[in-house]
Amino acid sequence: MNAPFETKTRPITIAIFAMGGEGGGVLADWIIDLAEHSGYLAQLTSVPGVAQRTGATNYYLEIFRKPANGGREPVMALIPMPGDIDLVIASELMEAGRAIQRGLVTPDRTTLIASTNRVFSMTERTAMSDGRVDEASLIEGCRNAAKDFYAFDMASLAEATGSVISSVLFGAIAGARVLPFERGAFEAAIKRGGVGIQTSLAAFTAGFEGVTAGTTATAQGTAPAPAGAASAESAALTELLREVDRNIPEPARKIVRAGVERVADYQDAAYARLYLQRLKPFVALDTARDDGARLLQETARQLALGMAYEDTVRVAELKIRPSRFERVRAEIRANKDQIIEIAEFMHPRTQEIADTLPAPIGRFIMGTPPVRWVLDRMTNKGRRVKTTSISGFGLLYIVASLKPWRPRSLRYEHEQKALEEWLQTTAATAAKNYDLAVEVAAARNLVKGYGDTHERGRARFQTLINTLPELLGREDGPAKLAALRKAANADDTGAALATAVAALRN
Amino acid sequence: MAERSFKEEVQKLKLGNGEEFRGEGILAITKALLESGVSYVAGYQGAPISHLMDVLSDANDILEELGVHFESSASEATAAATLAASVNYPLRGAVTFKAPVGTNVAADALANLSSGGVTGGALIIVGEDYGEGSSIMQERSHPYAMKSQIWLLDPRPNLPSIVNAVKKGFELSEVSNTPVMLEVRIRACHVHGRFPTTDNVRPSFTLRDALENPRRQVDRIVLPPASYLHEKEKIEKRWPAAVKFIADNKLNEFFDGDLSDIGVIIQGGIYNTALRALEVMGLADAFGTSRVPLYVLNVTYPLIDEEVVRFAQGKRAVLVIEEGQPEFLEQAINTILRRADVQTAVEGKSMLPMAGEYTGGVVRDGLTKFVRAYRADVLAEMPHPAPSNEATARLQSAMKAIEPHVQPRPPSFCTGCPERPIFTAMKLVERELGPRHVSCDIGCHLFSILPPFNIGATTMGYGLGGAGASAFNIKTDKRAIAIVGDGGFWHNGLVSSIGNAVFNKSNNVHIIVDNGYTAATGGQDILSSIANNRIRSTKNPIERAVRGVGVKWARTLTRTYDVAKMRDTLREALTTSQEGPKVIVASSECMLNKQRRVRPLQQKAIKDGQRVVRERFGVDPDTCTGDHSCIRLSGCPSLTVAPNPDPLRNDPVTRVINSCVGCGLCGEVAHAAVLCPSFYRASIINNPSKWDRFKARMRDKVITFLQQRMAQRELAAA
Repeated sequence: MNAPFETKTRPITIAIFAMGGEGGGVLADWIIDLAEHSGYLAQLTSVPGVAQRTGATNYYLEIFRKPANGGREPVMALIPMPGDIDLVIASELMEAGRAIQRGLVTPDRTTLIASTNRVFSMTERTAMSDGRVDEASLIEGCRNAAKDFYAFDMASLAEATGSVISSVLFGAIAGARVLPFERGAFEAAIKRGGVGIQTSLAAFTAGFEGVTAGTTATAQGTAPAPAGAASAESAALTELLREVDRNIPEPARKIVRAGVERVADYQDAAYARLYLQRLKPFVALDTARDDGARLLQETARQLALGMAYEDTVRVAELKIRPSRFERVRAEIRANKDQIIEIAEFMHPRTQEIADTLPAPIGRFIMGTPPVRWVLDRMTNKGRRVKTTSISGFGLLYIVASLKPWRPRSLRYEHEQKALEEWLQTTAATAAKNYDLAVEVAAARNLVKGYGDTHERGRARFQTLINTLPELLGREDGPAKLAALRKAANADDTGAALATAVAALRN
Repeated sequence: MAERSFKEEVQKLKLGNGEEFRGEGILAITKALLESGVSYVAGYQGAPISHLMDVLSDANDILEELGVHFESSASEATAAATLAASVNYPLRGAVTFKAPVGTNVAADALANLSSGGVTGGALIIVGEDYGEGSSIMQERSHPYAMKSQIWLLDPRPNLPSIVNAVKKGFELSEVSNTPVMLEVRIRACHVHGRFPTTDNVRPSFTLRDALENPRRQVDRIVLPPASYLHEKEKIEKRWPAAVKFIADNKLNEFFDGDLSDIGVIIQGGIYNTALRALEVMGLADAFGTSRVPLYVLNVTYPLIDEEVVRFAQGKRAVLVIEEGQPEFLEQAINTILRRADVQTAVEGKSMLPMAGEYTGGVVRDGLTKFVRAYRADVLAEMPHPAPSNEATARLQSAMKAIEPHVQPRPPSFCTGCPERPIFTAMKLVERELGPRHVSCDIGCHLFSILPPFNIGATTMGYGLGGAGASAFNIKTDKRAIAIVGDGGFWHNGLVSSIGNAVFNKSNNVHIIVDNGYTAATGGQDILSSIANNRIRSTKNPIERAVRGVGVKWARTLTRTYDVAKMRDTLREALTTSQEGPKVIVASSECMLNKQRRVRPLQQKAIKDGQRVVRERFGVDPDTCTGDHSCIRLSGCPSLTVAPNPDPLRNDPVTRVINSCVGCGLCGEVAHAAVLCPSFYRASIINNPSKWDRFKARMRDKVITFLQQRMAQRELAAA
């Protein structure tokens, strides 16, 4: 723990980095109140402006021990000076990074208290695949830049205590003992504030203990346990899983297990057997290589996702499972006295209906303009289906019941053909260039989603596959294909991919 | 109803003699106005003085008690023209707006006001919105003061100095018959501090006195020959009177220091930053004692030649710390010294950057350069040693580690914002009909220019969205689209954008974003606000106004969240054969304001046991494939990403967080853009009725039965 800052002749300088609407102002007001009631002069400034609309916003405070009667008043600054900040508080991890970038956190001076939760930026959120920045680098940067660094996920503590993050941060400041005030004085400031005192104090305690318990920051990003558990395990499935444990090389075992479970849940044990059958050449190859089984892992992952393609039957089935109802209740934090009604936003189109039906009927619909026209007219608007009503549930139940007919549907035919082609390409590539084959396997990830998204993904995947003849002989082939995949995910219009492909040919 | 309520804080305006005020800068300014015996106040909101308008509005009862009239002006021009009341009568008046937008709009009235001059004290309080957090062009108010000869105060940013500037400002205005501009920077407006108060003063001469005994002086009216005389009067009478008052009352401050061969001349508003920099350099203490002599300009226009000469004489060099450009002060100081044949070197922009905010680090670096050039000997004694090599290395490695992982976080539409669906619809129409030239305006809707929408090519000023598209008035299939908010519409847009388009027979499409308030400036009421406002006339529909100026094709949509309807209306506007401007009034209440209004009522109703249904949205992670199209078409802060719970997938799934207010846009988008079936709407019924419970019990029975049947079938198949 630190000694309180020297305050005889200098102010204590504090910068708060938050986002609009997060209660940074409340935190600043508490510190002012705390200081003024403890014999200190306090000054606070902020730049709200339009930043209050979800943008990054910051507050700057100086506190100064009150001069004795007749003593001169200090002159306090309104703008933080790089290298001259004692305490920086960040309500979010990227904001802590911003404070460092602005030079306000320095190794010889600054205590940095940051919540490690992430509020994703627009760039991260709108990425077509995974655009999240690296939390571990941010945490490493914070640790290096600050004299003392206290960090933990304060947002979840706030949520657990039913309060807001500013209360937890206030507790963390008290716990870090960087201000010359005792814990009781902090709590008294909350009580004087008069709003939500009990929950604020509980959150304050959580923040205080978060620091005193010496919680260290670790990157989060660990996924919660899979939701929507697979259906009950049958003897056939158990046998398949045993087979996985026996035959699949260790590095890929977890993924293949997940794949078997997914495909069995999607259709049946026979379909899962087909899944394993299809993986066999890759199992043989990677068992022989004994080199991390990268190709098998990637192929197993993409094959499972490809075989469990999203169709109306699957969606209906997932929407009406008991586990799904429980998950929704948990997510919206419904208590047992509240009744919940759920409405789904669905937009099935003629194509998807034709896809679900037995292949000849599907082909008939798509090939007969008048029938298509009628169906188009019926499906040109989105539908809201109330899953919690008997009629809505019943509708989805009937659609889900079409599952046994799925292997005879038009879509099934298309999908299996496409998957077989991809598997053959991957295997053929592996014979010549293993690393490139791993990338061919990974490229299948572009095919995902519904409707237009799916069509677009499939077209881009095909664009990538078409470049293979050129890439096969090149040493940088795998890297190039990876770059093309990234370009395919760069925008909605496909401009980046077109540019990348053109560049490849020049 | 404004975003921030000052109902409690305004009680501080009643403090009297010998008491201490503690609070924000803008509240202190209001208190100073009341202590000065002001008769009327007016203004137009905008950062950083929005809160000043909110304070005045919330303090209306207190103002009325004192006989002070408060106007919410239609624009800054209106506000400035309001000061006409002080031309013929000994009435003290104050107006406020943001700079430089406000000074630009008000320029006509300001020029007329300062030409004829004033009898009663006229104070223009401008919020200098320069530097960090500013949403406007980086310009100074200073040239407006110079061109119209308005005196400009830039007091030190502590409450006693600011309060004193208000009081002295009125006096200065009266002795020199000239309006006075008081410039406060954004951080000073929001600074929390304290000052000793005095009793409020009732105006000795009232508006009623003026109206009952009307007066006119023809030589105060801007018309020849009086207007020629005004210019002479400014130079020969008003300027010298001002100089004398400023010098006699010591409005500018001199601080002596032992390093008497150098000196620093500072704008008052920068004083605290400069002193801190000197303190860090070891040349000052925290209480204002500086080894370097300081000349603090609390009045930056006019300069007092005699004071400048007195300060500079005998020094090797002075440094002028002047934020912004052009460097009017530095130029003027050079002229003054050369005319007086004082050979002291004048440094300024030579050592400080020409452009950009003068933050602590910038001022410290400039001062260090200056002292190193002229008194390098004193720098050796710096008390704060430079950081160790180890610290520097650590900081460098930290900077490198975080660099790629810190992204900008520009402001965007709030959760549930009714403006978002308008731009979603524009995106959808863009897919069908191709991109259009889009002319934007000022207001929250301008966030459309940023991701994820990336819509809009220019913004030419408040209410000028339509005007900015007026050149694009030719025969074409690709009509331009112009956007204006309700705030901008009433400020200037009705005439300059819509009226202009009617008169010039433009075919462009105008979208008027009507959220019921001037939302971007903090949710103040305007003519078309739907709120009941005790002291203002609201609920005047926009469509009636545009039809009044001759628009034939006008549609008002009252629920912007209906994306499909929004899209269809926009498509029709872009393709209809009807001649003349097409106006779409897209109307839904600002969600920030709505939540502030509705949420407390809802919570109370739930507490009282009433049946209340709250809606929010969610995403099923097992059907979400992580493409995030939905976010690209919305950008709602409640719509974010989360780690994928599926061990087979790496791309994060979309997730709706609990701040969702259930506006329904994501569902509408999923429908209109045919995205994916992952979105659901959950209706949470609080305090359900007996009928609700009965229905729920029945349907749960059926659903559970079917679910069990399905599970058995699954088991058989697997």
